[in-house]
Amino acid sequence: MYKVLETRKLTADIYLFKLQAPLIARKARAGQFIILRVHQEGERIPLTLADWDVDEGSVTIVFMAVGTTTCHLSRLKPGEAIADLAGPLGHPTEIGHFGTVVCVAGGFAIAVIRPIIRSLKQAGNRIVTIVGVRNKNLMFWEKELRQDSDELIITTDDGSYQRKGLVTEPLKEILEGGDDISRVIAIGPTAMMKFTSLTTRPYGVKTIVSLNPIMVDGTGMCGCCRVSVGDEIKFACVEGPEFDGHLVDWDEFMSRQTTYLDQEKYSYQCTAGEHQQHRS
Amino acid sequence: MNKRPVSRIAIPRQSALERRRNFDEVALGYTADMALVEAARCLQCKSAKCIEGCPVGINIPGFIKAITENNFPAAVEILKSDNVLPGICGRVCPQETQCEQLCILGKKGESVAIGRLERFVADWERLQARPSSSLRAVAASGWKVAVVGAGPAGLTAAADLARLGHQVTIFESLHTPGGVLKYGIPDFRLPSAIVDEEVTSIRNLGVSIELNSVIGKTETVDELLERFDAVFLGTGAGLPLFMHIPGENLSGVYSANEFLTRVNLMHAYRFPAYDTPVKIGKRVAVIGGGNVAMDAARAALRLGAENVYVIYRRSEAEMPARREEVENAVEEGIDFVFLANPVKFLGDEKRNLAGVECIRMQLAEPDSSGRRRPVPLEGSHFRLDLDVAVVALGTTPNPLIARSTPGLAVTRRGTLVCDEATGRTTRPYVWAGGDAVTGSATVISAMGAARTAARDIDRYLRRAAGSSPVWRQGPAGIDGQL
Repeated sequence: MYKVLETRKLTADIYLFKLQAPLIARKARAGQFIILRVHQEGERIPLTLADWDVDEGSVTIVFMAVGTTTCHLSRLKPGEAIADLAGPLGHPTEIGHFGTVVCVAGGFAIAVIRPIIRSLKQAGNRIVTIVGVRNKNLMFWEKELRQDSDELIITTDDGSYQRKGLVTEPLKEILEGGDDISRVIAIGPTAMMKFTSLTTRPYGVKTIVSLNPIMVDGTGMCGCCRVSVGDEIKFACVEGPEFDGHLVDWDEFMSRQTTYLDQEKYSYQCTAGEHQQHRS
Repeated sequence: MNKRPVSRIAIPRQSALERRRNFDEVALGYTADMALVEAARCLQCKSAKCIEGCPVGINIPGFIKAITENNFPAAVEILKSDNVLPGICGRVCPQETQCEQLCILGKKGESVAIGRLERFVADWERLQARPSSSLRAVAASGWKVAVVGAGPAGLTAAADLARLGHQVTIFESLHTPGGVLKYGIPDFRLPSAIVDEEVTSIRNLGVSIELNSVIGKTETVDELLERFDAVFLGTGAGLPLFMHIPGENLSGVYSANEFLTRVNLMHAYRFPAYDTPVKIGKRVAVIGGGNVAMDAARAALRLGAENVYVIYRRSEAEMPARREEVENAVEEGIDFVFLANPVKFLGDEKRNLAGVECIRMQLAEPDSSGRRRPVPLEGSHFRLDLDVAVVALGTTPNPLIARSTPGLAVTRRGTLVCDEATGRTTRPYVWAGGDAVTGSATVISAMGAARTAARDIDRYLRRAAGSSPVWRQGPAGIDGQL
């Protein structure tokens, strides 16, 4: 069992959990993920690490309670525990002195881009961060992201906060501008990563995306997370999760992500129903 | 003395009609009376050939004699002294090509049903209150050994090393021990509870198991060697092979590893009581002709498929699957499509699998494996409509350990370079055995290799005491250097 040390609701449906995992904390690097299972009947799901603390022996995850597992997880209290936690998995983000790096994040992934930003900053890069959320209520960690980055641009779909529109719009302006952009790193919803890659392609700027396919074991055993990258088939769990966004077959990737949509909905309804009963 | 029956006692089984819709065990096992009659068929050969056919060298006539004497505790003792996983082996070993193949009775009639008797003894013991004495730990040697992987190889190495007095910790990447016994072999062939019980008996020897430890990521082999005197790698062959044909990434195409892991390890057949889903197809095709293909096909049927095809590029005679499992599959209504090979998976507009295009094959002269080589028949393409396809073409070792361990040599096939006589790898203090060394093979051959390595680890550690041993891969290293 792996103890929940701290829980925080960052904003509507988005939670931060600190979990006891000294071995994982010792090894964790920016861009890596963990696999967790909440209880004995639970599913194994991957989550990218948002933070870790070697001294405390903890790892931090941020997730949106939208499915069965994340819903179960969100109900846990400090002192309670989850059944399983394995990691750190996948390759870390490639860190180097590149120059100016644009980091693009959307949705709850604005939490998991922070370790990447920090590592890149430490390596001497200039960081321009663009985050996109649906509306003002879903924004969090603005101060932290501003601190970590040299420049922070926030977009909301509905214009309820800062700039109205999608992350690709300011990204395009930056690419059109005079600055030499060395690379772009995108993490978040698949559509956002896909359109970020499409936006940068004409400019020939290297674009790294952090894929979030369905996984079972997360250690290279099942091949559920396979993705076409250029002419090759890669297992995102052991050969990723980060790939060249210009080479990813996005349509195939998106169709594989929706394989269990109906069952996921059904399972979530069962879970939510159970939650209702629990309350009444 | 009564006349010795030519035929073995049949094992009671669930009827095909009944079992094709449940995940309960197919074979139900001998009763004590059946076991007594079957055991009495054994000739008790002085130089028993059957033992030579057993990779772990079980004293087969010995435990069978104890059965005939109605002394089941003694049978347990004899069996368990050579095999810590008898309930598992009694069910999944290919006895027909090992011990039973060499049984003298097989020349004129049917060989003694050694596997069924082994299973009977193991099952009898499991129902008793007290564990067998042969599985109690001995005086501590003071040496510490790390075993990586809690599958057949790792569990056997751990048990043998613990019985030799060493302190053993197993590191397992998944959330439960058992390896392929848990994620690969379905409950209807090997109930999960049997694996759990035999793992418990190994824990009772003082072996500890660290779950969710992905060696190569959570910790490296080098880090283990800072805390342990020796490391045994029993990491299996977990990386699935694909066909690399168009459409293979359509939604609905699975590796057998994924399909079976969802069904077995994650209990997707009990969705939504368990959270992990699996696609339920009306029309399912499994590609391959081995035991894993049979398991996947029969699991798909039990999930509710109406038509399940097994597509195999050679003919029935060349199928590597166990005869018994093929017969079970046929009885349950699996359709075999022999001499056919998929060339393309076909999708619908939403990129869901809709079918497979195959080409007919014919057999030419034998290839390097000794089996007749299948060659495509031009212009013989045909199509099967499908919802789910499972690719069961085998596995290779997972590269996580080799990539993270400097000096650990692998072959071009990704298997660990290892001395067969000792289990030594190219890295000092690191041994290996099982599918990680051979590529996918049988449970019992992995156990045999693990036993060899455990013996060598024991010799090495004891003779290394007080000296600084020089690592040599071959057995000469032990005698020559220490």
